[in-house]
Amino acid sequence: MMAKNLYGLKEGEYLKIKEALGREPNETELLLFSVMWSEHCSYKSSRKLLSLFPTTGKYVYRGPGENAGIVDIGSGLGIAFKIESHNHPSAVEPVQGAATGVGGIIRDILAVGARPIASMDCLFFGPPEERRARFLREGVIRGVGSYGNAVGVPTVGGMTYYDPAYSGNPLVNAMCAGLIELDKVVSATAAKPGNILVLVGSKTGRDGIAGAAFASAELDESVKESKPQVQMGDPFAEKLLIECCLEILDKGLIVSMQDMGAAGITSSSVELAAKAKAGAEIYLDNVPLREEDMKPFEIALSESQERMLLAIDETNFGEVRAIADKWGLECAIIGKIIDEDRYVLTHKGEIVADLSASFLASSQEADWPVHKPDELGVSYPKVEGAALDRSDPSKVVDFLVSLPQFEDKSWIYEQYDHMVQTRTTLGPGNPVAILYIKEADKLIALAAASDPWRCAADPFAGGVETVAMAIRKLAVAGAYPLGMTDCLNFPSPEVPENFWIISEVVKGMALACKKLNCPIVSGNVSLYNESHEGAILPTPVVCAVGTFDGMHFLKSKGPELSDRLFLVGKEASLQASAYRRYVEGKISGPADPVNFDDERAFIERAIKTAALKLATCGRCVSLGGLALAAIKMASGSRFGLEIKSGDVRFLFGEGGPRALYSVPEAKTSEFLKVWDGFPVKEIGKAREDKTVRFA
Amino acid sequence: MKVSVVIFPGSNCDRDVKWAFELCCNADAEMIWHAEKSLPSDTDIVVLPGGFSYGDYLRCGAMAAKSPIMKSVAEFAQRGGLVIGICNGFHILTEAKLLPGALLPNASTKFICRSCQIKIERNDTPFTQLYEKNEIVNFPIAHHDGLFYLDDDSLTKLEESGCVVFRYADNPNGSLKSIAGITNKEGNVLGLMPHPERVVHPLLGGEGGVRFFKGLSKWVKEMR
Repeated sequence: MMAKNLYGLKEGEYLKIKEALGREPNETELLLFSVMWSEHCSYKSSRKLLSLFPTTGKYVYRGPGENAGIVDIGSGLGIAFKIESHNHPSAVEPVQGAATGVGGIIRDILAVGARPIASMDCLFFGPPEERRARFLREGVIRGVGSYGNAVGVPTVGGMTYYDPAYSGNPLVNAMCAGLIELDKVVSATAAKPGNILVLVGSKTGRDGIAGAAFASAELDESVKESKPQVQMGDPFAEKLLIECCLEILDKGLIVSMQDMGAAGITSSSVELAAKAKAGAEIYLDNVPLREEDMKPFEIALSESQERMLLAIDETNFGEVRAIADKWGLECAIIGKIIDEDRYVLTHKGEIVADLSASFLASSQEADWPVHKPDELGVSYPKVEGAALDRSDPSKVVDFLVSLPQFEDKSWIYEQYDHMVQTRTTLGPGNPVAILYIKEADKLIALAAASDPWRCAADPFAGGVETVAMAIRKLAVAGAYPLGMTDCLNFPSPEVPENFWIISEVVKGMALACKKLNCPIVSGNVSLYNESHEGAILPTPVVCAVGTFDGMHFLKSKGPELSDRLFLVGKEASLQASAYRRYVEGKISGPADPVNFDDERAFIERAIKTAALKLATCGRCVSLGGLALAAIKMASGSRFGLEIKSGDVRFLFGEGGPRALYSVPEAKTSEFLKVWDGFPVKEIGKAREDKTVRFA
Repeated sequence: MKVSVVIFPGSNCDRDVKWAFELCCNADAEMIWHAEKSLPSDTDIVVLPGGFSYGDYLRCGAMAAKSPIMKSVAEFAQRGGLVIGICNGFHILTEAKLLPGALLPNASTKFICRSCQIKIERNDTPFTQLYEKNEIVNFPIAHHDGLFYLDDDSLTKLEESGCVVFRYADNPNGSLKSIAGITNKEGNVLGLMPHPERVVHPLLGGEGGVRFFKGLSKWVKEMR
């Protein structure tokens, strides 16, 4: 009999469950599986691909598998960091979607025991001339700002990209970094049988119950009555939760910890139990509730925000509760780690679910067929610059600069507190954010990168370019990479052409990480990013964390009047460039072949250039090519630039290791010596007038 | 010098201001939980730091102004002790009636975080004695509700009695008379929206705030 609602589980999965249990699962149990085995929680479509990423290295303290990865920055300190998507909620309710995205990633960082010290936000919207895109953008910016500002974690950087592919499905990727003393790292695997499970934080309501799993299932009547609500963010509660958990941690009272995000109590408790190779009992009656008559599955799967699950020794509960009381937070014993492979939910004296913990938490695998698309790339029906006189480079530059994509984004980031915690040496509006770690008297740099257009035209090269760009940005500022986090945003993996693209992008990324010595320490996958308006572009987003050998970094703006201008790197292709997209309306064709020797040579020389203070400023050539790099270098500066113009490819080509440097006359020979053996071209000089001229 | 930094639920500049006092004048800065009933007896300066006390959910600073510690802070102020409220701390001081006026949402209705040109109106106060009169310094702002408001008569009186200590050179939020920071009539309680504690290190956007803290330290020493 298959009259049952499977809540999004595939029939094969259902049969597997039935076989393992030796009986029919009850409805609550089925719901637990549907959430735990959903794409969101189990990474079933991407697991195999993710295994391609290098995850270990000289500076890696904790790799993937924990709530956040950690890199070692010396002096006994580490940086915990991770990026996560909150795309679907932001498409429905942009303010709360973005706010809870920021809140969720902050709790991931908190869960390893780190104090969150900086956030970055990578946003992708439809063109702002569309009303809905503007509405979503306004809301997301408000959500990011209102949450981040109040919780006291500075938003130090990010990116905002526009393309019609994101009109129906905007992307909101939030990254957070935290500072931790390495001897205080909390592991998600450390719980022991006998430990009690304590829920600290807000009360539990019917917010966003099993949103991910219900999305593809028809809801029956009983579920409709309690229809999933949008998760609401409360940054004040989150701030209290951060301080409370860090105080409990400081007293040495935490054995293991999990944040509560997707799938709420179930996901966090099953993971704690399964990672400790044990089981758990959960007493649903003990969960502090915000609403009446909640069903067992609602309590177990609620995605109410601002909650953490702690595994502690029972004898420490009094002390833990006293700290939670001080911060005005709920604190309840909701379960126990047990010495058998069972996951038992009790409610009103009855057992409402009784499963194998390891089976419930087991990784599922979905193998989707792969097919190489006949054609790669994107054609744009609306070509903004179609009527442009392409023979005049200044006109093309003026046109590109007038596009929202290249506008000054200060109107966005000035709505974010990017200075609180007084660590921000270089904030938003720069290719990298630089933080001063007072505790270690050290600088760290964060660099985000994404190139969906290149990934659409040449997925493998696009994957390489994405990773390499983040590392190049670090290098030009003078930093070497310690590790990277990635967020893989793609459409449905069930379309063979899509899965081919996903595979190629990830292969490119993994190879670049390997060849450029930048392991992936954490990450997130977001699939099924599609709406009735179509699918998103393949959009991997990465954020690299790096550090410096000294206290010096190279800024990206502000040439001095006597400076000479140098372009380092080979000529780049127009293949997936902003020029092609906005002027010709089509991006396609294979990228220039990837050459990791060139990449490494570039990185090494760029770091040297910064460390030896051989340039006044420098920046990578990325979106918009050399022309836009020059414009950005001069923006807000005392002087402008004069560039010996070349052809369209020279000015607007993108991709590969290239950078623009403004070099003081006196440093020129030393600069050229450092870049010996790498293509270098003198292309102009600084000028008194603040503008950039292409002569 | 002993500095008591009050932590309210939702304060988030408490650690920053503690660090600034320690870095600039080697002060002994102690964190005081808002539920305490009294300040340490050797307190020289009380700081109400920036942040979002009680999430700013009722009205910025309104709930914090009723915290148990505030009675002790008011008594300390009445005895002539130095009290500084920065950003949300300024909100709290106005809500507690230790300073006149109110801070309304910015004219733009948006949160604004950026560096800001601030003019030193008076340099005969404990807070500004190391600055030049009319000097322009760079203190960042980061607030949603920073528009200083007072009725016309009170505003005239405030100006006449020389209580305006900091004024925006480029009024970012629509404050009346570009007011960025004021003292009470007695001159021992200061409220300001800009953050001097964010500019005390060359790696953090400049050192414009260093003399704010050093000046306080000098003042306390001389008063002893």
